[in-house]
Amino acid sequence: MPTATEELNFTGKNLIRMADLTADEIRGLINTGLRFKEVSEREIKKVPALRGKTIVNLFFEPSTRTRTSFEIAGKRLSADVINISASASSISKGETFKDTILNISAMKPNAIVIRHSSPGAALIASQITDCSIINGGDGAHAHPTQALLDLMTIAEKKKNFENLNVTIVGDILHSRVARSNINALRSLNANITLCAPPTLMPPRSDVFGAKITTDIKKAVKGADVVMMLRIQQERMGQGLFPSLREYARYFCLTPEVMKETKDDVIIMHPGPINRGVEISSEVADGNKAVILYQVTHGVAMRMAVLYLICGGTKDE
Amino acid sequence: MSSSILIKNGHVIDPASGLDEKTDLLITNGKVASIGDNQEGNGAKVIDASGLIVSPGFVDLHVHFREPGYEYKETIKSGAMSAVAGGFSSVCCMANTSPVNDNGTVTSEIVKKGLEAKAARVYPIGAVSKNLDGKELAEIGEMKEAGAVAISDDGKCVLNPKMIRSAMEYASMFGLTVIEHCEDESAKDGVINEGEVSARFGIKGIPPTAEDSIASRNIVISAYTGLPTHLAHISTKGTVDAVRLAKAKGLKVTCEVTPHHFTITEDELESFDTNFKMNPPLRTKEDLKAIKEGLKDGTIDCIATDHAPHASWEKEVELDKAPFGIVGLETALPLSLKLVEEGVISLTQMIALLTCRPSAIFNLPGGSLKKGSPADICIFDSQKKWIVEPEKFLSKGRNSPFNGKTLKGKNIVTIVDGNIVYNPANL
Ligand SMILES: [Zn+2]
Ligand SMILES: [Zn+2]
Repeated sequence: MPTATEELNFTGKNLIRMADLTADEIRGLINTGLRFKEVSEREIKKVPALRGKTIVNLFFEPSTRTRTSFEIAGKRLSADVINISASASSISKGETFKDTILNISAMKPNAIVIRHSSPGAALIASQITDCSIINGGDGAHAHPTQALLDLMTIAEKKKNFENLNVTIVGDILHSRVARSNINALRSLNANITLCAPPTLMPPRSDVFGAKITTDIKKAVKGADVVMMLRIQQERMGQGLFPSLREYARYFCLTPEVMKETKDDVIIMHPGPINRGVEISSEVADGNKAVILYQVTHGVAMRMAVLYLICGGTKDE
Repeated sequence: MSSSILIKNGHVIDPASGLDEKTDLLITNGKVASIGDNQEGNGAKVIDASGLIVSPGFVDLHVHFREPGYEYKETIKSGAMSAVAGGFSSVCCMANTSPVNDNGTVTSEIVKKGLEAKAARVYPIGAVSKNLDGKELAEIGEMKEAGAVAISDDGKCVLNPKMIRSAMEYASMFGLTVIEHCEDESAKDGVINEGEVSARFGIKGIPPTAEDSIASRNIVISAYTGLPTHLAHISTKGTVDAVRLAKAKGLKVTCEVTPHHFTITEDELESFDTNFKMNPPLRTKEDLKAIKEGLKDGTIDCIATDHAPHASWEKEVELDKAPFGIVGLETALPLSLKLVEEGVISLTQMIALLTCRPSAIFNLPGGSLKKGSPADICIFDSQKKWIVEPEKFLSKGRNSPFNGKTLKGKNIVTIVDGNIVYNPANL
């Protein structure tokens, strides 16, 4: 685990969105994450770094993966982790969001991880309470720990972010993962290409500073990293594309499409994957996919975030 | 009847009569009795308006007073007090109350409460359709007899083109204009303007085309039938352009714009502050520029606040869950004066946009200081700087995007029907 605090550039109280972080802070977080990865590989996977600290996982929408990842991360740091889900709390009883945040804060946790379907929820929470807020995903807005674990995965496989060709394919419009990665990759000077049907690309996508195409072969040409996004079936009923079958025809990452990438490309996916829709089984299970590393890195990166936010300061 | 009032040494501006000079104004029997220098009041109460502007009381064609049904947000009394605090002597309140103002009984109740408030004149706007459902026409004749001055399903758009045409035709029998809240179904579930901010932050967008398509539809129906259409709170360049074209063709198309739509843009939403959430949403810099041009060249007929109070707890939620709407009556004057300071419009144009031009659209009394007109007057200080503190509003609503901002220009005295209804400085 890290001891040389001068290397840790992130000293923030909250983690709301990647756009708030400097390139140095992002690098500091990646390095801390890589060090914590080692803890997960030990026989005894527990360090006392956050003993006596309380972390609340406040989930307004269900997400077993992210919640479990934060929970394991907190427990490996010896923190007390409490999970509160919308259905099990007073959230559904007409209490306002502000009331809920104030009530949880009044119990004096060291950090609250918030997952919410509304964009901006974590930011609003951070304005309501003095407690540290970690955004565990808010609507289509941001998912900073996902972006950080993705970057950590890239950092481990690639030398440098500078001029790295990263292609993101899929439902950009509704994706907090895409937004967070775009912000972070821009800070690190990577070249970004976005690929989606126009109906799944936000109007004014020029704000992303990325190359934009609807042709997946063009999109992945020369790519060092390809990130596939999960397609939500319910988008079909919204008139955004006709069928999963037709979506797959134009946007599925297949061995055929893979021919266009660099040989040492890595294939990422935030999970859970839809086999045969956005990614073929051959590719998902192939040697270029790093999807399960991402899951492992999720725990390490969340340990890094919790450590730096709850325990990294000297006065505590 | 009220006693006489002599307003001395004010800068009297009345766009309707072309008056613009430092002079005195005498009110007797609730009417403007005479205007001219060195008048003797003969026992009248004297108000020294030195350094102040004397204007017809402002007329707001679009407010939401939440009575009946949502008195915790605003009552007719608190709304009418908020109006006079802002310099408004007449306000027209939308029908989306509970029950909806879709029949004469509700209309009469609003009129009665308005009179009891002894503040601004409160004119009800009746619903177009029963329960704002867009299916059956409301009892427009009965509402007219009870005091309705226009009809609108505001808060909702009348989506069915056959229904809006029927409403325009039927209401014409009573000389009433239909006001449209222009928003097609593409705005469904939208939270803020569809644009740069919605793209960056993953917030569901309301495209400008949602407004433009309905505005254009109504203009087409107006052209075909020859009947008037009034477009509420226009917010896009597309709609400004469409109205300009319609006016050039001589069509009976009128429109209003809110102070927030000519002052701030979608960029404010970066804060995710629910006090910047209203419908139509704050748009882009280009839209704001087009609106200013529309105000300048007369395409836009008037300024209306769309005053929409909500309880604080209703706004203290996530952005996408918060109700649309902000309060506007007590900040409209300084925001309008900013247009004058920026050179977009003259002070006389600004006053016209707040007085004779809106009153003409619905044929309301007031809006002018011509001899014999009702003595609806406001006296304001165009230079006074003040900090917006929503806790001090007379409205029950605290949901102002201008909270904490320093604004320039404040209403000092409001007179309605010859009675001083607002005068906190005791002039
Ligand atoms: Zn409206
Ligand atoms: Zn309205």
